[in-house]
Amino acid sequence: MDALDLARWQFGVTTVYHFLFVPLTIGLGIFVAGLQTAWHRTGKEQYLKLTKFFGKLFLINFAMGVVTGIVQEFQFGMNWSEYSIFVGDVFGAPLAMEALLAFFMESTFLGLWIFGWDRLPKRVHLATIWAAAIGSNLSAYFILAANAWMKHPVGYEVVDGRARMTDLWAVLTNSTALAQVPHVIAGSFVVAGGFVLAVCGYWLLKTRAEMWRSAARAALVMTAIAGAVVAFTGDHSAKLMYEQQPMKLAAAEGLKHDTEGAGFSVVPGIEIPKLLSFLSTYDVDAPVQGTEDLQRRFEQQFGPGDYRPDQTVVFWSFRVMIVFGMATVGLAVLALWLTRRRRPFPAWLSRAMLLALPLPLVAIIAGWLLSEIGRQPWTVAGELLTAASVSPSVSLAEVATSLAIFTILYGVLTVAEVVLLARHVRKGAEEQEPIPAAEERREPSLMY
Amino acid sequence: MIELWFAIIAFLWTGYFVLEGFDFGVGMLAPLVSRNADEQRAGLQTIGPVWDGNEVWLITAVGAMFAAFPAWYAGVFSAFYLPVTLVLVGLIVRGVGLEWRGKVTDPRWCDLGIVVGSALPAFLWGSVFADLLFNSALAAVVGGAFTLAVCALHGAVFLALKTTGPVRRRARVAALAAAGVAVPVAVAALSSLGTIPALASMAALAAATALIWRRREGWAFAATAGAIVLATLAVFMELRVRPLPGLTLAEAASGSYTLTMLTWIGLIALPFVLVYQGWTYWVFRKRVLVAG
Repeated sequence: MDALDLARWQFGVTTVYHFLFVPLTIGLGIFVAGLQTAWHRTGKEQYLKLTKFFGKLFLINFAMGVVTGIVQEFQFGMNWSEYSIFVGDVFGAPLAMEALLAFFMESTFLGLWIFGWDRLPKRVHLATIWAAAIGSNLSAYFILAANAWMKHPVGYEVVDGRARMTDLWAVLTNSTALAQVPHVIAGSFVVAGGFVLAVCGYWLLKTRAEMWRSAARAALVMTAIAGAVVAFTGDHSAKLMYEQQPMKLAAAEGLKHDTEGAGFSVVPGIEIPKLLSFLSTYDVDAPVQGTEDLQRRFEQQFGPGDYRPDQTVVFWSFRVMIVFGMATVGLAVLALWLTRRRRPFPAWLSRAMLLALPLPLVAIIAGWLLSEIGRQPWTVAGELLTAASVSPSVSLAEVATSLAIFTILYGVLTVAEVVLLARHVRKGAEEQEPIPAAEERREPSLMY
Repeated sequence: MIELWFAIIAFLWTGYFVLEGFDFGVGMLAPLVSRNADEQRAGLQTIGPVWDGNEVWLITAVGAMFAAFPAWYAGVFSAFYLPVTLVLVGLIVRGVGLEWRGKVTDPRWCDLGIVVGSALPAFLWGSVFADLLFNSALAAVVGGAFTLAVCALHGAVFLALKTTGPVRRRARVAALAAAGVAVPVAVAALSSLGTIPALASMAALAAATALIWRRREGWAFAATAGAIVLATLAVFMELRVRPLPGLTLAEAASGSYTLTMLTWIGLIALPFVLVYQGWTYWVFRKRVLVAG
């Protein structure tokens, strides 16, 4: 273990942890905004109850997403100073834009939404939750544009050992980003949809209240549509990966040598002929590069070194992502069919819906492991190695200290968050207080 | 262009210190100025709708440093590794505490998080900037004490301005006590800079003390905000010459293409941000009443 290993562990731990909360913020924000819109349009009280109920769960989760996100922004400079100096000219721009164009909107309007129930006209108040939710989604775009650049750098040149941006538009419309943004955002909607399904499943086991049924149906529609987008964009991403990140594709498939008409290995030993070539190019006979041959070519191009990522992690995370993600979507489609035209939710289905909480969360984390461990050993593909990115001035003891602090703190907060969410789910939506007239109301409806 | 971006970053940090300054102060003082749960909740409610938006000033300031001066950003954050780690810990426990305290059965842990999470960054930012300027442990302690005291004062004045009844009375007393510490510490911290904004900042703090004494809460708040603006200005005037030992702004800066692009985006977006954030303060302009 040296400072580099610990810095990588810290980045991995803090990023995965951050991303447990982010997809829920992205998807649930829009879902809550949709519920409030439904209330606004129909005037039905059940939508107001649902808005407040899911709004509260959203806020418990939102807090964690925000505070763990700040760590990410600081960490580039703290642990990866060489990386920051190399990429700042290009990579910093979308980060600054994210703060200016998305975070301000998200945080400011969310504050207005939380405390504005009795201060703002209904229509304006509805607009604030939409603004906050759109801000969250916008932030995803900017950070993914930055992230995509690490895997497929465009719109830059290297001058004096530093990347210099030459075309901002190229960075913001990077083909990798345009594939990744809808994939991750739709994946987040599957996570959020799954979360709502699990909560509704829990309640549908106890009651036949129309409220939970309508929320579950809405979440099923959201999950199914988002699932289709995930599958479609995932397929597109595989084709881009074939062109742009052949090593990641080869590692994800466990393909050792260049092969024409390569088969797709479902698990080691079971192979579907020619499927990999087809999935990568739509051509069953197309050649697919293998890890060992790529390694040889990379050595010729970049000099001696190991250019292969951790193949076990990449191989299995790819499969976990697909299986767990598609299982959720399959469940959603099946449930939509079974509950069509006012048919009730059978008890076994409500129970199965509880699984829709962990499954897509595992899938989306696995997707990130595939994406980022598959990028190794580079931080910027073909330009900068991870080993050359770390802060030279930060000692092993320092990283060990911060890693220990974050791990312990995050562990405690996880327990607290889960307990808090569970308690509010169990409380249900019936206890939401009605909104009295503006004059007599002094307390905010949701907080403090 | 380099000068402009340095000015924008100084502006963002200034906005951060002015706005989060009172958030930190309120966070530290809320338990002190209240005698029961309702009063404490009212105290925290003065910052409830705005603190998260205020914190984005920091995220934007740091993002702008990363984009416009990568080597400066990387140098500062890796050099002050442990203090920055502790700042993050503070911001985490404060944010979670504020968001969760209304949703837990017993808010004591949240309140502890809010107090510690407000005091830690309030102290550490001052000590990081002082250490950056003077490179001495003593300066770091004095600088930290200065920002801690000024945040407490700024927050106490804000509480007095935004509450009523006994909370407001106690906030005024707390403000006077904080001023009693902040003014002498300011003399110790700022006189070594000796520049006009540094001296003016001390004067503004003295003026704030007099204004609180005379119960002019609005003007006192303007004075503490002015003191923070002037102190930040004094610090960034020094940093302009030497942002980090052995580094100049020109060496640290991104290329002119990036800076030009960022300028356009900033010029278009920043007015909107200022308007809607200003609107938030307008919506919640009334004093917070204690429930029950």
